[in-house]
Amino acid sequence: MTDCDAVIIGSGPGGATAAHTLTRAGWDVVVLEKGRNHLLELEAPYGPLGHMSNDEIKFTRRHVLGPDPMLEPRSFRRDESDGDRLYVGDVNNLPSTVGGGGVHADGKLPRFREDDFALLSTKGAIDGADVIDWPISYADLEPYYTEAERLIGVAGEETNPFAAWRSGPYPMPPGADMFGATLTAPAAERLGLHPYRAPTGANSIPYDGRPACVNCGFCGYYGCPVEAKGDPVALLRAALGSGRCRIIPEALAVGVTRSRNGRTATGVRYLDLSVGPGTGDPPEREIRSRYVVLAGGAFETPRLLLRDDLGNSSDQVGRNLMVHFQTLTAGAFPFRVFGASRGRSVTHVHDDHIVGDDAQDAAARAAGLPWIRGGLVEHGGAAGPIQEALIYGPGEHHPVAMVDSSLRERLWVFTMQGEDLARPDNRIDLDPNLRDAWGGPAGRMTWSPHRHELVASAHIGPILEEVLRNAGAEWAVTSTSPPIGPDAARHPMGLPPASRHIVGTARMGHRAEDSVVDAEGRLWDCPNVVICDSSVFCTSTGYGPTLTLVALAARTTRLLAGTPLSGAGPGSDRR
Amino acid sequence: MGDPSRAEGSNNEGILDHAERRTLVALFDTLVPPGPVSDDGSPAVPGAGAAGGDRYVEALLGAFEFDPPRIWAGGPSSGRHGGEDGFSSFLELSGWEARAWRERITGWTEQYRTALAKLGVDFADLDPGERRARLSTLDPAFCELAFEHACESLYGDPVYGGNDDGRAWTAIDFRGDTAPAGWTDAEVTHPYGSNGPPW
Repeated sequence: MTDCDAVIIGSGPGGATAAHTLTRAGWDVVVLEKGRNHLLELEAPYGPLGHMSNDEIKFTRRHVLGPDPMLEPRSFRRDESDGDRLYVGDVNNLPSTVGGGGVHADGKLPRFREDDFALLSTKGAIDGADVIDWPISYADLEPYYTEAERLIGVAGEETNPFAAWRSGPYPMPPGADMFGATLTAPAAERLGLHPYRAPTGANSIPYDGRPACVNCGFCGYYGCPVEAKGDPVALLRAALGSGRCRIIPEALAVGVTRSRNGRTATGVRYLDLSVGPGTGDPPEREIRSRYVVLAGGAFETPRLLLRDDLGNSSDQVGRNLMVHFQTLTAGAFPFRVFGASRGRSVTHVHDDHIVGDDAQDAAARAAGLPWIRGGLVEHGGAAGPIQEALIYGPGEHHPVAMVDSSLRERLWVFTMQGEDLARPDNRIDLDPNLRDAWGGPAGRMTWSPHRHELVASAHIGPILEEVLRNAGAEWAVTSTSPPIGPDAARHPMGLPPASRHIVGTARMGHRAEDSVVDAEGRLWDCPNVVICDSSVFCTSTGYGPTLTLVALAARTTRLLAGTPLSGAGPGSDRR
Repeated sequence: MGDPSRAEGSNNEGILDHAERRTLVALFDTLVPPGPVSDDGSPAVPGAGAAGGDRYVEALLGAFEFDPPRIWAGGPSSGRHGGEDGFSSFLELSGWEARAWRERITGWTEQYRTALAKLGVDFADLDPGERRARLSTLDPAFCELAFEHACESLYGDPVYGGNDDGRAWTAIDFRGDTAPAGWTDAEVTHPYGSNGPPW
């Protein structure tokens, strides 16, 4: 007897996609979400709860989207020489809430390129890194990219000369250009780069029953108060509307129940956090199912696998953690560019530094590396006034600096999401001493950059500064996250990587000996468990992971349900 | 969401007494002081204390005097730019979230009481140099906390108790929340109109 066909752990972009795909195939699913529900009513007509708002305190200072680090601490260290941990608190805290990371994202949704799936074949190995090819190709995934863009609602245009081929147009045209981008995009072109309007999961026109974006200026790190962002509310609402989906918030998965031989999952155990505290420990409950879908993200999925001793016969669970090594180049203009108050955080990007050129190749050779790759450069604004106020520090200068606003309204920022190479010692594991509020082992991140990331950043940072000065900036300066160098401990963004792009802790592969899941996302050790989040990534690329993880989740669950899209499937164009 | 009514049995006297609040205002005005009046007559940035910093801290430390606790303002809009005022109806916390916030606030309350007592009842009467000397005797961790709260109070939404009438937002030419009206495409792309930026 089972309670449903599949239990899905996590309601973010991957879990929401799985719920949508499986319910459309006629499956009954239960979605367990450890966080609160601030997104939508869970009963028909599944309307918005109205909790999202333009509120800097609630979203950036008071953990409304979770997780609260007092309940769910995480630890960080750069390597073993730091001891058990260097830092405890917020470590890559993607939202823990119904909708997951999709709620707070500003929705830049680029596809990967063909080469990204074949990094070893096209670029070659690098000492000290575990560069590999994916077991699937871009062609395998392309139909699912198209489906993902349609379901979420992606606004974009086909003007990027480096983009991979696509089988159809974007569902919507781009939204309004941010003013700062109207300065920096032409400057980038003057310097030989190729900026284009960012593919964005925010409606530029009414779409799928949701309104167009109103350019409120509170996009990245905020939930959308008008539901113009499609990820993940569109997917969850459709799943709920099927009548085959139940979402249980405040349900912390703690284990996958299995058959006696351990090769077949039979359900999921979870703590019911809607009960307590004050009445003892939260009760443990169980949902029995034919399949289990893991979609907790590249931090929480390996944490669950490790605490449950599941899927780790290869000793690869948690390893090859990749983040984006961010190069942050900021420039202040002599007038306001309104990047922190109007528009959708980022409207233009360029990816020349992923493709590379002769100068980039020369920089690699000079550093003794066979190649380097940067990442997508986002042309965007700064943060809100509280974040700006905190940077200036106390004193008489404070009000003058706030009116001058060189670090907010006059600031324009390039964020390069630099490719991070896989390394087995960069990993998520269980902290030996730190516990969450319910007694479970906390997750620990061990991560330090490969020299590739440092060389790439050092080469590209000055190029970005030149673009900003060409656009009219009075000054430009570059830093990185995580910070590097003797002053790293004082960096305002903290020691752990600030990027919320985290991938690769349960990589997919052709062989059970060196991967965690197969090319269809199934655990080698327990094939009726599939992973539908970014932990299966084999490379980080220089692109945000969300659209790709949604496409992968759609592919994995369509294969599971026997409804693969035409032109794709296990084995098509496989390398 | 619920009404921000006082919880049954709550302490209507507040968390900090009058003397402590007077010291707190002076502390916040020292950390984040008022700005000079500009030549063009633009409103000056108020000091974080004078703009309601004491009310912000009082509301935070006394959050659980209300039901729901005044931790997270509601939504989706304040009513200032269309829609109805949803901000003043605070969101419910789960039992576990409430536990974390009670613990956090208990620690902060102790830190404030200790620090305000150390600064002394005459702190508000001191000149800036003397205030800075007293500040240097405090626990640096508290100074960091107080600065963070001063910034939040001055530049956060007025529903949390500070930023009187949005005066700080006005002074830095920030509209604050804008939804659901937002900005038109033209206001986003061409904020200076047809004249372009003031090069």
